[in-house]
Amino acid sequence: MSETHADTGPAEFSFSPETRARADAIIARYPAGRQASAVIALLDLAQRQSGGWLPRAAMDHVGQVLDMAPIRVYEVATFYTMFNLKPVGRHHVQVCRTTPCWLRGADKLTETCQRKLGIGLKERTADGQFSLVEVECLGACVNAPVVQINDDYYEDLDPRRIEALLDALARGERPAIGSQSGRQGSAPDGPRTTLLKAGE
Amino acid sequence: MLRDEDRVFRNLYGLEDWRLEGARRRGIWSDTKELLARGRDAIIDEMKKSDLRGRGGAGFPAGLKWSFMPKQSTGKPAYLVVNADESEPGTCKDRDILRYDPHMLVEGCVVAGFAMGTVAAYIYVRGEFYNEAQSLQAAIDEAYAAGLVGRNACGSGWDIDVYVHRGAGAYICGEETALLESLEGKKGMPRMKPPFPAAAGLYGCPTTVNNVETIAVAPTILRRGAAWWAGLGRPKNTGTKLFCISGHVNKPCNVEEEMGIPLKELIERHAGGVRGGWDNLLAIIPGGSSVPLLPKSVCDTVLMDFDSLREVRSGLGTAAVIVMDKSSDIVGAIARLSHFYMHESCGQCTPCREGTGWMYRTMLRLVEGNAEAEEIGILEEVTRQVEGHTICALGDAAAWPIQGLIRHFRPELERRIAVHRAAKPMAAE
Repeated sequence: MSETHADTGPAEFSFSPETRARADAIIARYPAGRQASAVIALLDLAQRQSGGWLPRAAMDHVGQVLDMAPIRVYEVATFYTMFNLKPVGRHHVQVCRTTPCWLRGADKLTETCQRKLGIGLKERTADGQFSLVEVECLGACVNAPVVQINDDYYEDLDPRRIEALLDALARGERPAIGSQSGRQGSAPDGPRTTLLKAGE
Repeated sequence: MLRDEDRVFRNLYGLEDWRLEGARRRGIWSDTKELLARGRDAIIDEMKKSDLRGRGGAGFPAGLKWSFMPKQSTGKPAYLVVNADESEPGTCKDRDILRYDPHMLVEGCVVAGFAMGTVAAYIYVRGEFYNEAQSLQAAIDEAYAAGLVGRNACGSGWDIDVYVHRGAGAYICGEETALLESLEGKKGMPRMKPPFPAAAGLYGCPTTVNNVETIAVAPTILRRGAAWWAGLGRPKNTGTKLFCISGHVNKPCNVEEEMGIPLKELIERHAGGVRGGWDNLLAIIPGGSSVPLLPKSVCDTVLMDFDSLREVRSGLGTAAVIVMDKSSDIVGAIARLSHFYMHESCGQCTPCREGTGWMYRTMLRLVEGNAEAEEIGILEEVTRQVEGHTICALGDAAAWPIQGLIRHFRPELERRIAVHRAAKPMAAE
């Protein structure tokens, strides 16, 4: 599970008016009195507003909005791996390490990222642009190896392709997401074996 | 091979428009009102006749599960919860439904929800699938605007809401009661059963949890008939199935095939064969990381369905086929899975919390051969102590891959121990 950080961030946090409106729309999906169901979604909104991590004040604000005890919010924030309890880079690089990706070279991706970025796992570059972690199965196994960077998946990678990807991000570009070998979704490379008339 | 006309997932690869207009061209939402007009009992009866088994891994008969929901109102609302927390290593099929044909799932929610008398469907999407959840939400918005969901859905007189609920990274939430806890805003820790969700599920109300693929195929089964579906595959293992073929194949892919297709044919026909040829095959995990691996000798002939794979002491699981050729470090591959289960154990039950870490540490030493030969037996014994002694099946899932390794690759484990021992200086002599 996630680690806590000595630096708990700014003392104050509250949702921007736009984020608060989105939060209220999400709360409305659940029955009256069941607003705690929205806690993951609101923590996600708070994390986005805070630049990719969850300061203590943000968790407390979510607790206030949902009328939950702070401890109940902290329990959730520390249980789920997508909540970052310390600052991450503007590009949070998450390399999938589980067997299907590992069989197709995930370790080489991790090594390439470490060398290229000059940081270890769970570290952040000095300029705050990149952070690097390994994660468990991302669920894109037929496009292995894959990395997730912020919300986006980059698939069918190899060391050369991930280097190009990191370079593009460093230049401020937004590379096309999905397969980096150019194949369509989860279809086999080359001629399709099924759905022969699809897209006609 | 399954004919293209019999495929349910016509946009598996995203070659066509996934929005409402494109979905309608593929027949989705074409006559949903008429399907609902058949009535709850008729729909559930047809689903039972189809022998559809749940596509999330356990293979429980879907129609039977639906029939467990109260026929008369209990005074509480009832819920449909769709498990889109796709996280079983090797598995990436639901992702394609969410991103490339989300209307299949939304229509399935209306049909299944109506059949079970639910007021709402919550679709729990794993948090990492951010873009997929966006597509699904867009499809739901289109469906509301077109009157297909919400009040008087499809003109049926039935009101049903459909909501997306995103998770935030926790494999355990794929376990149905952990998913319900998470949906209620808590840590994803599995509940004791009974009570089963059909009696007391979400918010203590009657609830059915189904996998994405199960719900998405339901309208097609009803349209084309249970007899058509049951005519595909083998008895009790009917219909079509999405297979995910990953690892050491020439062309990894997802593909929809008929249940019961020979494993070898599945790989050679659709995935370009094993890297280096079939004879270069070492082992295959046939149904996602939780099921025991199969050595090549079994892979040569085994059929891909629930009962065939159970007969060879493995399982169809999520039909995620992980292929390993002879270059694979088979012990390392299973050790990676042991790390996964250690990482994903929720920590609630002692055998799992402590056992997954113990098993991983032992597996790590076995990768190097840094162990005593007796430890293979001790490890096997520990897997038996974890298996069946926890609230949910994560403990079993952590135990089975190791049991499969020991069953089929014990000589390899012993060889590594011998090599490691030979390399050590003979300090004692």
